[in-house]
Amino acid sequence: MDRIDRRGFLECMAWAGTGLVWVSTGGVLSSRVIAPAAAAEATPGSFSFVQISDTHIGFKGQANSDPTATLQQVVDHVNALQPAPAFVLHTGDQTHGQKAGAFDIVAEILKGVKTERIFYVPGEHDVFLDGGKEYLGRYGKGTVGGRGWQSFDYKGSHFVGLVNVLKYKGEGMGALGEDQIEWLENDLAPLSSSTPVVVFSHVPLWAVYPQWGWTTEDAGRALVHLKRFGSVTVLNGHIHQVLQKVEGNVRFHTAMSTAFPQPAPGTAPAPGPMKISEADARRMIGVTEVTHVPGQHALAVVDSTLG
Amino acid sequence: MKIVAGVIVALLTVAHVGAASSVAVGIEEFKFTPPVLAVPVGTTVTWINHDEEPHTITSVDGAFGSTGLSHEDTFAQTFIRPGRYEYFCALHPHMKAIVIVK
Repeated sequence: MDRIDRRGFLECMAWAGTGLVWVSTGGVLSSRVIAPAAAAEATPGSFSFVQISDTHIGFKGQANSDPTATLQQVVDHVNALQPAPAFVLHTGDQTHGQKAGAFDIVAEILKGVKTERIFYVPGEHDVFLDGGKEYLGRYGKGTVGGRGWQSFDYKGSHFVGLVNVLKYKGEGMGALGEDQIEWLENDLAPLSSSTPVVVFSHVPLWAVYPQWGWTTEDAGRALVHLKRFGSVTVLNGHIHQVLQKVEGNVRFHTAMSTAFPQPAPGTAPAPGPMKISEADARRMIGVTEVTHVPGQHALAVVDSTLG
Repeated sequence: MKIVAGVIVALLTVAHVGAASSVAVGIEEFKFTPPVLAVPVGTTVTWINHDEEPHTITSVDGAFGSTGLSHEDTFAQTFIRPGRYEYFCALHPHMKAIVIVK
């Protein structure tokens, strides 16, 4: 029998899909199926939030003829969570290629989410036509210099939203750029190393599959500033599937799309939308819920599908 | 013999177009086909996107450009001056191709 090392095991579990929560006890990760909200409720000071990603409003294809409807179903799912999420992170690609009217549809549907606030970072689909003019016009307010990146604190945890789609380089990889990395260093400097940090951006901040542009070329220069922290969770979208990696104290996690799945790295000629039935696709699209329980080293991440 | 070999190489690497005034370039699986297209002055090139992912035809020097093309959308450009027109997809910049106008 082949030996399965821990990384291999984690990848297998991530591939297998959803409904799992990762819990760290004494530094050893284990997984089990639980109701995370119930666990959170039991511990004072705990909270949960939701990550929605890659809503791709404007898409119409074999895997999904109506991404507006599937987004609405995700919102219904979120609204049924008990307790309600403190806030929601949208990790980009709200629109499918900046289709006319798509931003308005997303805004309208997300108005229905029962939560205090929604934070956004852009995906390349949201900014490629106009360099981010429309996106930043809508969501730039309150971000650093109106450029889309930001940080905030919630119940002792520090959240950082980064933009890595406005400096798309020659090979189509994400990039953060000098200004943002410098800002990040200064933003993190006053924090104690015991502060849990959550970083979210659209394109993965790790090299998932550079051949398809599934990486951020200068992510390493940002991650170096996160090394001293005891608990770092990096949440990304872009690749329309759940993948997880653990490196030291940093846990990387990518979310599903609410619209359509993309193939596993290298399993198709190109990373386009998978051409599968809508019923099959529903088992590969959904939403991510993250729960922080004080005293637990790692945040619990649970991915739920629509099918 | 040398000439024949040269022609074969050219056919393999460059899609040559003769007197036709209209030529199509397909976009499929994140590739422009043909990636190298040679046409006479006055030719209209029409791109059609067969992917469900949007793509653009964006000239490197800004000479021409499309908006995002949805599935089966087309974009046409008439080339009235000789030159080498490199272009790419703004959404997937690794997708690169060229139109050579003679």
